[in-house]
Amino acid sequence: MVTAVSKAGLLDLRAGDVERCVRCGLCLNACPTFRVLGEEMDSPRGRIYQVELADRGELAIEGDFTLHMDRCLDCRACVSACPSGVPYGAIIERTRVATARPSWLERFLLERVLPYPARVRRAAGLLRFYQRSGLQAVARRSGLLEWMGLAEAEGLSPVIAGGESYDGEVTGPVRARVAFFPGCAQRVLLPELNAATVRVLRRQGCDVTVIEEMGCCGALHVHSGMREFARALARENVVKLEAALASVDAVVVNAAGCGATLKEYADLFEGEPEWEARAQRVARKINDVTEFLDDLGPRTELLGPLPVTATYQDPCHLAHGQGIRNAPRALLATIPSLELREMERSDQCCGSAGTYNLKQPEIARALLADRLNVIAASGAEIVVTANPGCQMQLASALPGRVFHVVELLDASHRARPR
Amino acid sequence: MDLKLQGALAAVVGEENVLADTLGRRLYEYDGGVDRALPDLVVFPQTRDEVVAIVKAARAHGAPIIARGAGTGLSGGAIAREGGVVLSLNRMRRVLEVDTELGRAVVEPGVVNLEFSTSIAATGFYFAPDPSSQRACTIGGNAAENSGGPHTLLHGVTVNHVLGLEVVLASGEVARLSVDDGGWDLTGLMVGSEGTLGIITAITIKLTRRAESVATLLAIYNDVGQAADTVSAITACGITPAALEMMDGFSLRAIEAATHAGYPLDSAAVLLIEVEGLREETEEDAERIREACVQAGAREVRLAANEAERELLWKGRKTAFGAMGRISPNNYVMDGVIPRTQIKRVLERIEEIGARHGFPVGNMFHAGDGNLHPLVFFDERAGELPRALAASREILAACVEAGGSITGEHGVGIEKQDLMPLIFSDDDLDFMRRMRRAFDPDGGLNPNKMIPAFHACTEIRADAALYREGL
Repeated sequence: MVTAVSKAGLLDLRAGDVERCVRCGLCLNACPTFRVLGEEMDSPRGRIYQVELADRGELAIEGDFTLHMDRCLDCRACVSACPSGVPYGAIIERTRVATARPSWLERFLLERVLPYPARVRRAAGLLRFYQRSGLQAVARRSGLLEWMGLAEAEGLSPVIAGGESYDGEVTGPVRARVAFFPGCAQRVLLPELNAATVRVLRRQGCDVTVIEEMGCCGALHVHSGMREFARALARENVVKLEAALASVDAVVVNAAGCGATLKEYADLFEGEPEWEARAQRVARKINDVTEFLDDLGPRTELLGPLPVTATYQDPCHLAHGQGIRNAPRALLATIPSLELREMERSDQCCGSAGTYNLKQPEIARALLADRLNVIAASGAEIVVTANPGCQMQLASALPGRVFHVVELLDASHRARPR
Repeated sequence: MDLKLQGALAAVVGEENVLADTLGRRLYEYDGGVDRALPDLVVFPQTRDEVVAIVKAARAHGAPIIARGAGTGLSGGAIAREGGVVLSLNRMRRVLEVDTELGRAVVEPGVVNLEFSTSIAATGFYFAPDPSSQRACTIGGNAAENSGGPHTLLHGVTVNHVLGLEVVLASGEVARLSVDDGGWDLTGLMVGSEGTLGIITAITIKLTRRAESVATLLAIYNDVGQAADTVSAITACGITPAALEMMDGFSLRAIEAATHAGYPLDSAAVLLIEVEGLREETEEDAERIREACVQAGAREVRLAANEAERELLWKGRKTAFGAMGRISPNNYVMDGVIPRTQIKRVLERIEEIGARHGFPVGNMFHAGDGNLHPLVFFDERAGELPRALAASREILAACVEAGGSITGEHGVGIEKQDLMPLIFSDDDLDFMRRMRRAFDPDGGLNPNKMIPAFHACTEIRADAALYREGL
């Protein structure tokens, strides 16, 4: 007998997810790839239909099917737009288990480097040596990068700064005890962001410990269809988070993509009720830094003026993934003299999307170009966002003009005359 | 499939803008409704001249042409029922002209309804037709289907907002129509012709100035009948609200789960009422409406305190159709129209019909103009579609019997084609056939839509007679 939870299909989907789509099409214009490509195959409704057909064996899980699945940003804009509550993220992430063909480089970085903080530091050291020694110039001239399929990645690789360090002091009475999750790549790509996050939290009266021993959260693995590996990472991280949570009130994250993944850990443990429950308990304590500070209520007397006009780019995994739109804006509003000028469609993906800008450079460039247009139209001098990936993508076109919300709070603290 | 036609189309728009593979074609076999059919080819023109060349090529090869916007339609208008070429116009999305002094704009058919209004928000104008799919649907599709929306109660449907059209005819000729021209109102004829008379390539639309003030009320009832009575009571006061929407308790609970708009979960029905105009006038109207609601038995009347609250109330209503996916695997939405004085009686009748067929029926609709949207909830996997359709037909027959019609704003398309004999005589339908032939002698534009085949009519009327006897 066929029961409601049977998984007769070819893809490892959760029963009922795909069926929830009534094909009303309200998601279409919210989807960045549909906006760029204008084809049903690259819309959420169309992708869900393709998944449904492939699951039933009516479409081969290869070729164009894979192409359209790969082109999805997993930005979840469709989830915000969907009235029917289709869990699109789960559908695409589970489908990718069958379609993903990670390159050797991706596999190496995701499985061998990112999960280990020490290796991330060593890799960064190598990259830094490469950039500074003159090797970079040689490689770029040689054509070797093109041959290895690395030109896009190499071109986008940010200049690697020195190592991470944390400073700052707790001001006034301790208002909360938190553990900060420093992420993986951002420790070396944006060490200043992590330092600023800890400084701001301390200044605002938080006793902060850094969960140094925690590596990658698994977001990139989930998005790339490496679900099994993500599950293994999640298991380790749940244990580490439980240990950290023994002595703090909350875990604070400054990367929206990581925060969304940590909050969704339970989805990885379907069929393992014990782990599912543990993941859920941990998830309740995960806070995006903007969410946390807004809830805490920033002590505005510590903030000095920043006379600047700013526009805010919603990170997909904050706005669509975690439903956090007001907190970052509310925090910006507390900074004296800062004027917020909204851009059009501020919650549309900038094209960064984890490693998307490396894998689908053309679409990513089109999305970035659209952002640059609306940013320019807003008339703002600087762009503020709340996720390292978005920050780096936007900064690749607007160097020196893109900041994380906490970096502005940090600057505002410093601007306060003492 | 016709490889020669594929080659001819590729010569016009480039190979990359023609879909001929199975995957691509299957993704154009559906729209927002329930019908499906596989097109032979899908083509994406970007200019009027490309549309002309495509129409000529398709006609030369005897292939039907089906225009498509965003594919959010609910009556199968964009479905390639007889195969042929789907002409996807969503990449023609330029705004060609905005003239706020004259209060008009010229747009290409693929411009998205809400995005257009948002883009000109700073001018204080907007495009008034607001179908619930406005976040995604195109103005070209709105014109082809003569779309409505909640605010058509005050502002009128799309035909009242189209001032002119550029249309590619079946012959490949380009016709420019304007309501300012003398003679017959061909613009009006073309709006709502569902792609059967020509392909719209540009639309001159009327811009509406945003009202100085808007008041939005939510009236909450413990009894559906009292909500229905309020509708007539409000019009009896001499007020024409901008919108007057009703949602029953069943629909409300699904909508609330989707949007958290604060709709009361324990109520039997709510009315969402909006008035707009000058500030003093709006305040006064809102107060009188509140009194009318209370008098009719509303247990509570809420007034949206600000724009955010107002938007939230509307978001609930506008995503209502999609939200139904939360409570049932499938639903079938109808578009019947009845005199608003009959709402209470017809709603009872609908409930009775649904119960007899074993389906729950939800109601959320434009009460002010009597445009019902009963939703039959069913499960296609359990083979319930035929029975659900039978129940739906009976409901529409009940609307006609109450002095109404089978469609208010969703179009006829495939869905209601064979219900046309319920409201039109053989002579009427024959007149329509001849009108259509005058524009499209070969019948290549969106064939087998709207007007039923000759022989179907007697059968349908006989069925309807049976419905009336309740069999």
